[in-house]
Amino acid sequence: MIEPAAKSNPAIRTPAPHDSAHLHVSGEARYGDDMPEPRGMLHCWLHLASRTHARIVRMDLSRVRLAPGVVDVICAADLAATTNDIGPVFPGDLVFAEDEVLFDGQPLFAVAATSREAARHATTLAEVEYEDLPAILSIDDALAANAEVVPSKQWLRGDPDGAIARAPHRLAGRIRMGGQEHFYLEGQNAMAIPQEDGQMLIYSSTQNPSELQHKAAEVLGVSAHAVTAENRRMGGGFGGKETQAAWFAVISAKLAQRTGRAVKLRLDRDADMTITGKRHAFLIDYQVGFDDDGRILGIDFLQAADCGYSPDLSHSIADRAMAHADNAYFLDQLRITSKRCFTHKASNTAFRGFGGPQGMVGIEEVIEQIARHLGKDPLAVRKVNFYGADSRNVTPYGMTVEDNIVDGLVGELEQRVDYAARRRAIAQFNASHAYLKKGIALTPVKFGISFTAKHLNQGGALVLVYLDGSVQLNHGGTEMGQGLHIKVAQVVAEVFGIDLDRIQITPTTTGKVPNTSSTAASAGTDLNGAAAYNAAMKIVNRLIPFVRDHFKIATETAIVFRDNGVYAGNQRLASFKEIVKLAYMNRISLSAAGFYATPKLEVDALGRGRPFYYFAYGAACTEVVIDTLTGEHRMTRVDIVHDVGKSLNPAIDMGQIEGGFIQGAGWLTSEELWWDARGRIATHAPSTYKIPVAGDVPPHFDVRIYERGINVEAGVYRSKAVGEPPLMLAISVLYALKDAVSAIGGYRRAAVLDAPATPEAVLMAVEEMKRAVAARTSHATPVESESATTA
Amino acid sequence: MRPLRFLLNEQLRELTDVDPTLTVLEWLRGPAGLTGTKEGCAEGDCGACTVVLGTPTADGKMRYRAVNSCIMFMPVLDGCQLLTVEHLKSADGRLHPVQQAMVDHHGSQCGFCTPGFVMSLFAMYVSESRPTRERVNDVLSGNLCRCTGYRPIVDAAQAMYDTAWDEPVLAHAAQTAKRLLELRKDSEPLALEHKGRRYFAPTSADQLDALIAAHRKATLLAGGTDVGLWVTKLHRDLGDVIYLGNVAELHGIVESDDELVIGAAVTHADAYDVIAREFPDFGELLRRFGSTLVRNSSTVGGNVANGSPIGDSMPALIALGARVVLRGPNGEREIPLEDLYIAYGKQSRKPGEYVVRLRIPKLKDDEQFRCYKLSKRFDQDISAVCAAFKLRLENGRVAEIRTGFGGIAAIPSRARKTEAALADQPWNEATITHAESVLGDEFTPLTDMRASREYRRLATTRSLRKFFIETTQPDARTRVLGAEVCA
Repeated sequence: MIEPAAKSNPAIRTPAPHDSAHLHVSGEARYGDDMPEPRGMLHCWLHLASRTHARIVRMDLSRVRLAPGVVDVICAADLAATTNDIGPVFPGDLVFAEDEVLFDGQPLFAVAATSREAARHATTLAEVEYEDLPAILSIDDALAANAEVVPSKQWLRGDPDGAIARAPHRLAGRIRMGGQEHFYLEGQNAMAIPQEDGQMLIYSSTQNPSELQHKAAEVLGVSAHAVTAENRRMGGGFGGKETQAAWFAVISAKLAQRTGRAVKLRLDRDADMTITGKRHAFLIDYQVGFDDDGRILGIDFLQAADCGYSPDLSHSIADRAMAHADNAYFLDQLRITSKRCFTHKASNTAFRGFGGPQGMVGIEEVIEQIARHLGKDPLAVRKVNFYGADSRNVTPYGMTVEDNIVDGLVGELEQRVDYAARRRAIAQFNASHAYLKKGIALTPVKFGISFTAKHLNQGGALVLVYLDGSVQLNHGGTEMGQGLHIKVAQVVAEVFGIDLDRIQITPTTTGKVPNTSSTAASAGTDLNGAAAYNAAMKIVNRLIPFVRDHFKIATETAIVFRDNGVYAGNQRLASFKEIVKLAYMNRISLSAAGFYATPKLEVDALGRGRPFYYFAYGAACTEVVIDTLTGEHRMTRVDIVHDVGKSLNPAIDMGQIEGGFIQGAGWLTSEELWWDARGRIATHAPSTYKIPVAGDVPPHFDVRIYERGINVEAGVYRSKAVGEPPLMLAISVLYALKDAVSAIGGYRRAAVLDAPATPEAVLMAVEEMKRAVAARTSHATPVESESATTA
Repeated sequence: MRPLRFLLNEQLRELTDVDPTLTVLEWLRGPAGLTGTKEGCAEGDCGACTVVLGTPTADGKMRYRAVNSCIMFMPVLDGCQLLTVEHLKSADGRLHPVQQAMVDHHGSQCGFCTPGFVMSLFAMYVSESRPTRERVNDVLSGNLCRCTGYRPIVDAAQAMYDTAWDEPVLAHAAQTAKRLLELRKDSEPLALEHKGRRYFAPTSADQLDALIAAHRKATLLAGGTDVGLWVTKLHRDLGDVIYLGNVAELHGIVESDDELVIGAAVTHADAYDVIAREFPDFGELLRRFGSTLVRNSSTVGGNVANGSPIGDSMPALIALGARVVLRGPNGEREIPLEDLYIAYGKQSRKPGEYVVRLRIPKLKDDEQFRCYKLSKRFDQDISAVCAAFKLRLENGRVAEIRTGFGGIAAIPSRARKTEAALADQPWNEATITHAESVLGDEFTPLTDMRASREYRRLATTRSLRKFFIETTQPDARTRVLGAEVCA
């Protein structure tokens, strides 16, 4: 799985278009709601609670049941005989509210009716009486009440308190960052179709068919073998369909089981954004001690995550935030405390980066504060803190960084963008412009690749070769737009030496590959590509002895599959199709299941050890301009270099890098989630929740794949995962904005600017900076009085 | 009663029993069985449902514009051509240049938004020559993509012009226009009835007056970019609907030396050119008003008559001194636009009255005008604050000042106290500092998901400050948009 054989039809390292591109553009690509509807299919709609935290005193559904078109109604009591809890790891994720409503919008019951409108209308006829209870609506409330969804966790190395106390400089401060709505363009949907003998077929827009299958089996009270979950593609996932897609699948499946009819549940956008969880908002407190160069000597982080009302995956997400509190920097003496806060909100869930982005913003904030405190360029402070090659290379969780390329990669970008000259030009601009200020930031990314839960690091595939030499490929990964299917197909085509169009990609189904992991953690290609490679290699390894004997070739090593045929050295023995036919006639199996388990992983109960197979790296340099009168701002120039190892498909990888960056920029700037004083989310549609549009893309947007990239570990053909890491390149946007605000204070004060940096947040930061300049104070509190903090 | 008649792609469709508030999207994905067009939000904010609407011009040509099908009601298609993504591939299976360019440039990832992007770009392809990237961004301002980061889509939007292609839609345009004009010519105004709810599409003001008189509770429908949401989001039953879009008297732009007169049913897209030419800053505001998809449907009169406190055209119109012409049972009357608004949801329009046209005085040589739209996102975002100012100085003193504000009060408003504080004062720092404090106290804005009260208040005063800077320091850069800032 390292280096491909030379061939004139290479399938990997080529910019093959997305396998469905021609279907996307013609409207022929089929999504859940586009499937033909079975005869007699019912439509489902949910009734959402209108309280944030309340006891349900009375719920009378009799008028609902009598409404025209209604066939069935279910609530928590109807699931009591099996389960109303679909928590993926820990209990607590409820299908329907039980005695208490735990967040505004929590589903109380579901209606199946003959039309969507009939179902919707019926849900309005319920009589529900609530008794309001006090609600926890913020991280601060939760910390005060010590309300957690799962216990907190701490990593300690050395003596951080002593190191901080002894350090020449000390700072303490806080940064907050908001959550993020996934805004997959295709909302959550599922269609359950009863089969004979108690079986259930579920089409769902899910990243995690296996978990969905098992959750549905539990809710239906049947064995897993009676449930098949299938997905051809999602209209976006981003983590939002990792656990929570199962919710809507089990509701439609239960209704289908009870009625004996197919049931479809498709949330409308408002319900989707109200019910489902988002990226976790974080509050991060830090204390840091550092030397005159800005080198961090000791650090203490408190990371508090807003998990919402239930565990979902919050423990793993908070773990990953801890594991990215270092980003690319060596933190010697340290304490990282992670609080997994309970709030009366929708249960926050996986979102591209999975806690990593929040952890990384924490340390970038520390770097920013140190730089302003010392009057240094933040890039200089970054560099003195980078992980070393042979020393200063052990992460807070005890893993040695063996593949560190951050120095070279950042150096390359610094040179490419002419950072020093840009810095001067920006200073000049700022000196000559009273109302507009520019800012720049160059930030690195180091992101750990693997699920932190070791057992999830496995993949499966099924490769079927037919007599005409065409191939069906199936694997455990799901396609949400990231190009997983084409990449895995490229791997299989490469192994067989056949053209890519000989591979037919088929829907992901639990009926072909069982017990798969969620397509998440950027690991889709690493796990499923490797499994498909192993499956294809099994077939090749059956064919090679046959070819040897059939063609009387002296050595097996001379036999190569390439150019749609089989060769012994330069001699073409037969076409792939002919070999397949011959093998069949000689009763050789032409299908294989492949399996892969990521090697080298080992962690202790606290998640320390080697949780990651390798790291993916990148760096971005972003320039912004802000309007100090209104807080409006935009990116004017962005340059990126990102490491994907040796790319399997540079076009697909480029799409992940660019798309990830823009999505991250949205998180940190315009995408603001807003709840009213009663805890009701008001940003539940694109009219109020603003993701980037085309005009937000910087006019200069130069994104490049790191040419020297290679995976030192045996990733699929030396490639690296690319799904999540680029999102964190956008941290440069937040720090460029802070740089612009800092310019007002002569770069000797850090901006008081939390994320998302909306125009409002930027204007308030500008005002605060002006006040601070006038009052000669700084934001982060020096722990003892020091001179030279103000220019 | 005659049926609703339109062309679905090239095929004539005649529908008799159609729910007047069934959306085009619901019809396409349901009865028509065309699932290429997607629902992303059902509120006209994501563009996944984009279709192209073709309308004939009087001189036998066709106009094509991309619109949101999720908030467009079926009867609005009467006499039009509806083009969907299914229509673009040629009969031999070849992808259309816009589709091929999207494939070649890797413009799709998850693909769910893609049909909408394709249709927005297709409308551009048949209407405009190769655009700049900035123009593409404007064309795509109503299409959300969560995967790609847009760069490859914008690349495709330019590259699609490089393919040699004999566009069938354009080749058939004259014939299509003829078919549609034929449909329109010998037809009575459309009137539909479905389960007791009626829909009328009068073609003259007299017919409209009579219908309003006969159906007092009917909902008046223009572009539908807000009314559509009453159905798709609020699930309201609109009862009887009277469509204004075909009323001849509500159309047309008449320009004289000293004013622009714009018919109420003129879309913002159609009003853009003349407004941008006369009032560049108003043009810039309109460029960011809704999205291209919205502006292709939304009407000048609809925004004004809707009267939302966050409607973006009113602050500019009020500051410019626009007057609104109302027509009702007693004929026409004309009032200053600001006098239309009394309180939240309450207008001085009398029962049966509707907006016929707007009269916008042109700027005189000594008048200066600016407007500022502040929102979380530049494109397609409702303003937190919208502010507009018109100023005439005489010998350095304020001879005339008019203001217009949105987002900070229950109705679109002038800041009369602030205007009074500025009147006859020297246009200088001291005056502005004082006026800022007056303006800061004049309104009591709300905190909501778009902005806090504090920001609204501060940004409102800062907009006045900005206007002062822009009128006194012409060389100072004060706008983050525009290419020069990137240099």
